[in-house]
Amino acid sequence: MDLTTAVARQRELLDEHTREHVRWHFSEETGSDFWLEKKKEFDFDPLTDINGFDDLKKFPLFEDDWLRGGPMRRWVPRAQQDRPIYVFETGGTTGIPKSRVVVEDHWIDYELFSDTLPDEFFPRGANWLMLGPSGPRRLRLAVEHLAQHRGGICFCVDLDPRWVVRLLRKGRTEEAKEYSRHVIDQAMTILSAGNEIQCMFTTPKLLEALAMRLLDEGSSIEESGIRGIFCGGTEFTPQWYRFAREELLGPNVYITPTYGNTLMGLACGKPFDPADNYKITYYAPQPRAVIEVVDFDDHTKIVDYGSTGRVKLYTMTKEFFVPGFLERDEGERERPHEKFPWDGVSGVRPYHVFAKTTTVGVY
Amino acid sequence: MLEIPVVRQGRPYESLDKTDVVHFETGEVLAQMHQANAGLVRMDLRRSRASRDALRQLRPEDLIACCEKAADLFLSARLPLGNGTQDADDFCRIQSATTGLPLNMARANMNKIAFVLKNMGAILEALTRGLPLDILARGYGMEERGVMLSYQATTDVLGLVLPSNSPGVHTLWLPAVPLQIGLALKPGSSEPWTPLRLYEAFAEAGVPREAFSVYPGPHDVGNAIVEQCNRSMIFGGTQTVEQYAGNPRVQVHGPGFSKILLGDDMVDQWEDCLDILEQSILVNGGRSCINASGIWASRHTEEIADALSRRLGPVDVLPAADEKAALAAFTIDGAAQAMNTMIEDGLRSSAVTEATDRYRDGNRLVEGERCAWLRPTILHVSDPTDAMANTEFMFPFASVVRCPQNQMLRHMGSTLVCTAITQDEAWIQELCDARSIDRLNIGPIPTCALNWLQPHEGNIIEFLYRNRAFQNTLPPSH
Repeated sequence: MDLTTAVARQRELLDEHTREHVRWHFSEETGSDFWLEKKKEFDFDPLTDINGFDDLKKFPLFEDDWLRGGPMRRWVPRAQQDRPIYVFETGGTTGIPKSRVVVEDHWIDYELFSDTLPDEFFPRGANWLMLGPSGPRRLRLAVEHLAQHRGGICFCVDLDPRWVVRLLRKGRTEEAKEYSRHVIDQAMTILSAGNEIQCMFTTPKLLEALAMRLLDEGSSIEESGIRGIFCGGTEFTPQWYRFAREELLGPNVYITPTYGNTLMGLACGKPFDPADNYKITYYAPQPRAVIEVVDFDDHTKIVDYGSTGRVKLYTMTKEFFVPGFLERDEGERERPHEKFPWDGVSGVRPYHVFAKTTTVGVY
Repeated sequence: MLEIPVVRQGRPYESLDKTDVVHFETGEVLAQMHQANAGLVRMDLRRSRASRDALRQLRPEDLIACCEKAADLFLSARLPLGNGTQDADDFCRIQSATTGLPLNMARANMNKIAFVLKNMGAILEALTRGLPLDILARGYGMEERGVMLSYQATTDVLGLVLPSNSPGVHTLWLPAVPLQIGLALKPGSSEPWTPLRLYEAFAEAGVPREAFSVYPGPHDVGNAIVEQCNRSMIFGGTQTVEQYAGNPRVQVHGPGFSKILLGDDMVDQWEDCLDILEQSILVNGGRSCINASGIWASRHTEEIADALSRRLGPVDVLPAADEKAALAAFTIDGAAQAMNTMIEDGLRSSAVTEATDRYRDGNRLVEGERCAWLRPTILHVSDPTDAMANTEFMFPFASVVRCPQNQMLRHMGSTLVCTAITQDEAWIQELCDARSIDRLNIGPIPTCALNWLQPHEGNIIEFLYRNRAFQNTLPPSH
């Protein structure tokens, strides 16, 4: 199938997926209390007026402040009220956190992501190190599930990113560094304990800290046995990607960027191609989630290919419905790729209006 | 387009991250600076010993000779700059164009830097109090008077997080080269020109390139330098000073709050001091920490404020290329406006009045399309405890403070340069003993007239070398 045909086919699937999920979330039998209540505010009927993905623009923007506070049950679709429910926090360093309920989306998202990982560097049955935030976050359980799904065991560390942000905001940089050392100590212990770890999730800062600790001790990421790493965050810039490949890791360790959050799931990076000069392009796991790059002043307008705009997310799963949410990031719109025949986004970085006020922590 | 790579221990590195360096008035892109990332800095500084080893291939005397040669090259040669070259005029022009510093001040700072390089031998002789430099190089040695001495370098590389506001600060790190300490420099985003030209001048003069790293980049690059180097100098505001207070690894150069005190014995001849007062406030556009921001006296303060205002009030914004230009532009969005607001807030106090407004013919704040200027401002402050009595801004600004002589030391706070115009021996002794004063001038010496044979905010020898015990023979029995 050529790319144009593949793109058209995916678009049909997306429209179909949209109709199915809008029906699910807005039907009295299956929908959540939140959306059934919200429906009363709309001047349209989602059940009859949403006939494809473009119609989602009839919805008001999703506001993440709606996710602050309980009762959490209001988010659970009626058809899933009897299932075991997880609640995960999604950002927010002060006050009542934003939370999202999950039944099994985190498993599905990471199983789909698993399909994009090359077995050569993420061997089936290999054990994993989750060197990232612990606590009430979906990431820890999701990475553990990914390891289990691929037949491995996941080893984790304690890391409370809120504490680090708090230290940094108070200018207590020495304590923040001490905390970072404490996290790396845990990783070093796990790596030295005969756990046969070959795969890892981490963040750019923590990977740097771990790689340099290993170098200081006469070893390296490669010598520690790690072969494949996936890594997230807006700090994963092209320059950092190049630095990681050329200097931190060496040619035998594979690293791939990911972009995501608790609302959307996990967008994966376009496979590394030297011709891209380390440009990082992400593709959302369509049709469960969609990324658009929209005009800064008009979020209903998609920018041209190669142009810059704000990242807008959509999520449509049986558990969660987000008909358009403006992320805190911006980037450039990218053309579909044969492996991902839909739009992508590159150059993701903090939205320039917010960037000045954001505190970036150790992780 | 002028492209300037990162310099990693003497090797150029082309980064994928680049930022534009623009003309402060037109916004024209004048160069692209390649940006380092923090990890890259940390990776290099793991090998910082190599930078020092490169310098140790040359004897200190040879390095001093290199400094003298570098002075001439810095001042007049056409030197490489990224993918191009640059002569002295190009240097001054681009520095002025990206920082808002008038051309005449760019030239003056260039001369200041060259002077320090040219006189490096005498400066080190003074700062080490005549210590043979081979003792520093070797780590130990016998002094002429027969005493074994040992000095140990406190770091292999001196880290510098540099500002864009005044190129004169680069004089502070120059002695590191003949002291055989490598350098990791993070230049200010709009003033990479001085460190880069110095780097090329040193290299052309025979100093090994491996001794130098130049890391333009975002804030976390500066943090990585301070974190990794055992000794760093950083430049910042009061908040930065407080953050690193008591940290022996970091020497912070913050606001100076430099002052001129007129003693009771001399204050009646205040008119004779006006040239010194004016010069101390106005020179270098008032941008330096050594510019006076306070004039303290027990009487005649209104008259002093008025006389200074008569001279400084009319000073207006002139084109950067004008030889008479005395004011530098603020190129950071909103900076000048914020300072102007702070002054207006300060003027609400009943103890504070502005003396310059009646001579200024226009507003203090002059706004351009992409920058702004602040015209000279002299305040009269009748209460030494008022917040405006001890305030510093990066333009010709000073408070003339009325305060009894015997209360000055109690109220004047931390002072980088204190010029006391007095012959009162008892008071001079008190000033000598005052730990809140760094550089002390007794007599009619402008605050900005530095003698380079004197230490500045701590002796760099003591910062970079530690005097310790060393024995290779049995000590006398006791």
